[in-house]
Amino acid sequence: MARAVSFALPRPRTTSSLARVAIYTATRGVALFLTTVVGIYLTILVANMGGYVDQIKRAEIREQVALAASMNEQIRRLPPEVRERVVAEMIRVEERRLGLDRPFLVRSLRYLQDALLLRLGFAERMTSDSGSRLVRSILLDRLPSTLLLFATTSNLLFFVSVALALTLSRQYGSFWDRLVVALAPLSAPPAWFYGIFLILIFAAWLRWLPFGGMVDAPPPEGKLAYALSVLKHMVLPASAITFTSLPLAVYSWRTFFLIFSSEDYVELARAKGLPGPLVERRYILRPALPTLLTNFALGLIGAWTGAIVLETVFNWPGLGRTLYQAVGLADTPVIVGATVLYAYLLALTVFLLDVAYAIVDPRVRVGG
Amino acid sequence: MRRALLELLQYRSAVAGLVIIGFFVALSVYAVIAIPYPEAIRLWRAGEELWQHNPRSARPEWVNWFLREDLPRTLVVEGTSAAWPARPLGGDVREASGALSFAYPYRRPPSELGIFLETGYRERPPQVELSWIAPDGSEVRIAEFAARRREVYRLSSDPRLQQELGGRPEVVLFSRPDRPGEAMRGRYALRVRTYLFEPDSEVRVRLVVYGEVHGLAGTDHLRRDLSLALLWGAPVAMAFGLVASVGSSVSTLVIAALGAWYGGWVDGLIQRITEVNLILPGLPILIMIATLYSRSLSVMVGVVILLGIFGGGIKTYRALFLQVKESPYIEAARAYGASGLRIVFLYMVPRAVPILVPQFVTLIPSFVFLEATLSVLGLGDPLLPTWGKVIEDAYRAGALYVGQYYWVLEPAALLMLAGLGFTLLGFALDRIFNPRLREL
Repeated sequence: MARAVSFALPRPRTTSSLARVAIYTATRGVALFLTTVVGIYLTILVANMGGYVDQIKRAEIREQVALAASMNEQIRRLPPEVRERVVAEMIRVEERRLGLDRPFLVRSLRYLQDALLLRLGFAERMTSDSGSRLVRSILLDRLPSTLLLFATTSNLLFFVSVALALTLSRQYGSFWDRLVVALAPLSAPPAWFYGIFLILIFAAWLRWLPFGGMVDAPPPEGKLAYALSVLKHMVLPASAITFTSLPLAVYSWRTFFLIFSSEDYVELARAKGLPGPLVERRYILRPALPTLLTNFALGLIGAWTGAIVLETVFNWPGLGRTLYQAVGLADTPVIVGATVLYAYLLALTVFLLDVAYAIVDPRVRVGG
Repeated sequence: MRRALLELLQYRSAVAGLVIIGFFVALSVYAVIAIPYPEAIRLWRAGEELWQHNPRSARPEWVNWFLREDLPRTLVVEGTSAAWPARPLGGDVREASGALSFAYPYRRPPSELGIFLETGYRERPPQVELSWIAPDGSEVRIAEFAARRREVYRLSSDPRLQQELGGRPEVVLFSRPDRPGEAMRGRYALRVRTYLFEPDSEVRVRLVVYGEVHGLAGTDHLRRDLSLALLWGAPVAMAFGLVASVGSSVSTLVIAALGAWYGGWVDGLIQRITEVNLILPGLPILIMIATLYSRSLSVMVGVVILLGIFGGGIKTYRALFLQVKESPYIEAARAYGASGLRIVFLYMVPRAVPILVPQFVTLIPSFVFLEATLSVLGLGDPLLPTWGKVIEDAYRAGALYVGQYYWVLEPAALLMLAGLGFTLLGFALDRIFNPRLREL
């Protein structure tokens, strides 16, 4: 399978096709950035409909002023009533300075700027691993574990499903083929749903694999042991994602390959006597690649946000579980921040796939 | 239409899907009629008071079919001092005593013991003495207290009794002397001796021997009967799935048709909104709205529809409508002077129905599961019991860790079955309405 895909990577390109890809990527990047800005702005509008972002801002200002006041020797030495008055005045000035008294339209633009720069304010109750109350630290601390789980499963899923689909399209109508068609409805439930069953079977009943978490407690010494422990904890969540995505992916790609393999040029290639694998790589897989990538991207986008409950069910210390905890604690800044970060992640996914698309699609590369 | 229906019946999977959907529709109708909405909410929200005769975290009764040794059912025995022989003790004071006796046929001890007393008196509450008589005739004194109007005495959570007996009361009182831990079968009795200080005083006693199984679906940690939640989960899931699915797919269709027909900036705007919508993280936004504004089911449906309108489907429909737009019959309509909206709604939208129908049927499960997802996140409707909320309760109570699998498996099985029904039907419809796939 790996050979088939490496084949799909660009052939030696001329500078002009490189330039084309670059231009395409750049325009897509700009367009996507604008889209992201609009998306995040919408998120902020929704979040601030009841003045919630204002509240976050006010809390943040109060926190900063209180901190500044406690550091300031002069203010600390004042009698309590005077000190309170001074602090209140400082808060008022700071709120004016940050424009909290301005009309909402102006404020919302400032919030947009803050959100785009990931200046997400302070959490009300949660703290990051290092004890910071900055929403950005809380979320960015958790991002790598989410990425680890996702990068692994989506790669696995992509190659496995393409390989399976290709094999099945070769033996149309066989038992396995009909089985996959019959199993396609299994993709309806989300990953967490299968997660519960997997925990039930493999953790609660058979006790082969851990219930959840990312490493053993206490974490094992040594890099290799640590990695193995993470791997062991990743088996169940990764299989849950695979369970929910694989049947439909294999089904739709098999159908897709079948459509492509009934094209005239494929018949011609076979008639020429080209070996089967070559026909598959050059005449079926190759033209199907852009569509494959698009489908893959859409699946990935669905999975990103679907992982919130999955991470919760498996206690996987990622972004999704953090969002879940924030919901439990009603920690508004974290919820808004996580939504913004998810919007970013989705945009990034779409962008990366656009780049890949530009590289594999000859219409972009050669111009058409 | 009729032909399509006949053709549908030729697919075994479609028939299976229809049977499953029919089952859930019947279940929903039954639920709504048998337990009206306010009643369902009252029962589910009432708290432990209402369910106090149910065992806590009991498995469904049918697990006994699969077990070699039956798990005990709940036994309730009642008695009243008015029916017992009374002995005057001078003045208005009387002593009345009786026994609540019952047969215990199980080898496992009950899960809990509770005595509920309802007392009628004016000023001096009657004095009550309780003792326990095992089948072998041995008698153990349990407690002695003045019974207020409504007295609940839970033997299992009385630390003094536990210390006196040297173990959990419900186990020790039922133990065979030779094999502690295993229950002795036979007739047990709770002897109640009451001292009544007023002529018209009365003590009504109810002994509840809590079992380990209950009803069709078992109970949760708050003694609530799960069958209520499972039953009411059906209409909620059906309504949420249907409304969200029809709402979003029909509006997507109409918007795609409008965009394709009018073209220009309308089309451009729709395309741009679709792109923005792709970036918007749906579930986090739903979560945000649920935490910040409202988590009622209707608001959630509304937001789901809004987020779904500009979904990926719009591109498929647009491609179709761009082709349809050029067809001769549209030209004919234009020639007779049909207005743009007339063409869109009467000539273009109907053309996409063959694609719409299978699509919205296949979409239903994803919305049913979305409702469950929100519930599992603790963002379900605050009042109604749903399948997702049962899973959430179970998850929070650590049901999987302590082995209460039924609690998770029952709602999960229902969700799965509902999802499967709609998907089976949707796949079959897809093959009928889009015959190009049928050849493959």
